[in-house]
Amino acid sequence: MKLVTAIIKPFKLDEVKQALEAYGITGMTVSESSGYGRQRGHSEVYRGAEYKVDFVPKVRVEVVVDDVDAGDVAMVILKAAQTGRIGDGKIWTVPVEDVIRVRTGERGLDAL
Amino acid sequence: MKIDSGDTAWVLASAALVLLMTPGVALFYGGMVRAKSVLNMMMMSFGAMATISVTWVLWGYSEAFGESWHGLVGNPFQHFGLSNLLSDKSVFGTIPALAFVAFQAVFAIITVALISGAIADRAKYSTWLIFTVIWATIVYFPVANWVFAFDGFAATKGGWIANSLKTIDFAGGTAVHINAGAAGLVLALILGKRIGFAKDPMRPHNMTLVMLGAALLWFGWFGFNAGSALGANNTAAVTWVNTMAATGAACLGWLATERIRNGHGTSLGAASGIVAGLVAITPACSAVTPIGAVAIGILAGVLCALAVSLKFRFGYDDSLDVVGVHLVGGLVGTIAIGFLASASAPAGVDGLFYGGGLDQLWRQAVGAGAVLTYSFVVTGLIGLALHKTLGFRIERDAEVQGIDLEEHAESSYDLGSLGGGGLSHAGAAAFGAPTNNSAPTNSSTPAATPNRQGATS
Repeated sequence: MKLVTAIIKPFKLDEVKQALEAYGITGMTVSESSGYGRQRGHSEVYRGAEYKVDFVPKVRVEVVVDDVDAGDVAMVILKAAQTGRIGDGKIWTVPVEDVIRVRTGERGLDAL
Repeated sequence: MKIDSGDTAWVLASAALVLLMTPGVALFYGGMVRAKSVLNMMMMSFGAMATISVTWVLWGYSEAFGESWHGLVGNPFQHFGLSNLLSDKSVFGTIPALAFVAFQAVFAIITVALISGAIADRAKYSTWLIFTVIWATIVYFPVANWVFAFDGFAATKGGWIANSLKTIDFAGGTAVHINAGAAGLVLALILGKRIGFAKDPMRPHNMTLVMLGAALLWFGWFGFNAGSALGANNTAAVTWVNTMAATGAACLGWLATERIRNGHGTSLGAASGIVAGLVAITPACSAVTPIGAVAIGILAGVLCALAVSLKFRFGYDDSLDVVGVHLVGGLVGTIAIGFLASASAPAGVDGLFYGGGLDQLWRQAVGAGAVLTYSFVVTGLIGLALHKTLGFRIERDAEVQGIDLEEHAESSYDLGSLGGGGLSHAGAAAFGAPTNNSAPTNSSTPAATPNRQGATS
């Protein structure tokens, strides 16, 4: 199994969720996060004093999938989240050793 | 004199409006600080409401409006505790003496509360409370005597600025705003900069609180200015309209300045412009026409928007711009009277632009300068004395962690569900019961239960 993690622009969350559902993904975990990449931050001005805000609000989407689906899922997210402008985010995939469904104790693919 | 019920109703209602301004200041300042110090910021205003309420009825009123000693300070013992003013024979003008006492009390409260913005995030709370009492006693009450105590109103002899110098200060450009601004400046210098000043981002943690605070200030300020007419009359109506006009103009002036300088008009700029306009029209609202009020508003909006950047140039941490808004705004309004006063307004004096020459202008300048100097010097002495003895600033680590936790043992926002560690001593602290890590509890220790039962049965 693989864990696909995507850091995306917050306003793209709905499109990504719909695209993943259309692909057949049945669950995901979403959290609010902050960070920066090449985009760096932005500046805000309060009473004439300019502040550099480095950590930009983002949404982190996490999906655990079967090995064979991992590449497709990453592409599904990519298509839905891409605007082509700076700050679109990142997607990475890492191997997952085991998954257990807490309610039943099922393991592995059965737990997804 | 006979009590007029309309006048009395208006003054009592105005007093309540002005009291609401201090929670307004608490929200205005509270939203501007970081989330780790919002409670302390608000508590500084609420603390001033508590200390000055008590101080005022004991000796404050008497010191401000008792029989004046050479126009400098009222006799603090004459009306100590106010018990000799309670009869319905005690009438000032057309209102009961205590209506005037109430109205002036809330001015004292807000003046003290305004200072707190200059020393946000870092002042020891106990020292702040002591400061409020000493400062009111040595600075505000005498200055209120100078500016607000007219001969023959509450006492035969009033203060020197009102009666001899004849500076026009209708509702407190000098006594309230220049006074608080100068005090804020010198306290900011004594306490020093916040850790990370001009390096770390110190953005407002909640702009909606700031906007709400500005709205309450604007609302309450109609009591502050129009209530200062001390009657439900034409002067109240004129000052009401001038207050509205100047405030709107100052909001636009600040937004325009930001738009030109930084590219955006901000909500903090709008809220700040509103307060700057209110401050500037405070002394002038009885002396100018509505057109004059708009001019004062624009001037205050632009100049205060520029003035708030001075702290970075000169390196003093007036955290929430008490100097930039209240000192500068107060000066703008007080001095502008010398130029823009019109005899067609209730004060009946012409300024330079209306053919009155320089006479009123120098009176305005001297009055403003006197209050500024007195406040700066005496606040400096009080601040230094407290700083050297009790300490006016919290420890470095406590400031970094956040003053709310250090001074009040509270957190402002509990938005998540992960913070809880369980209730350790339900009600025990309130009844003085030993805690887990002190001596073992014995059965005779006063516990919460018997008292609770008594209360609910």
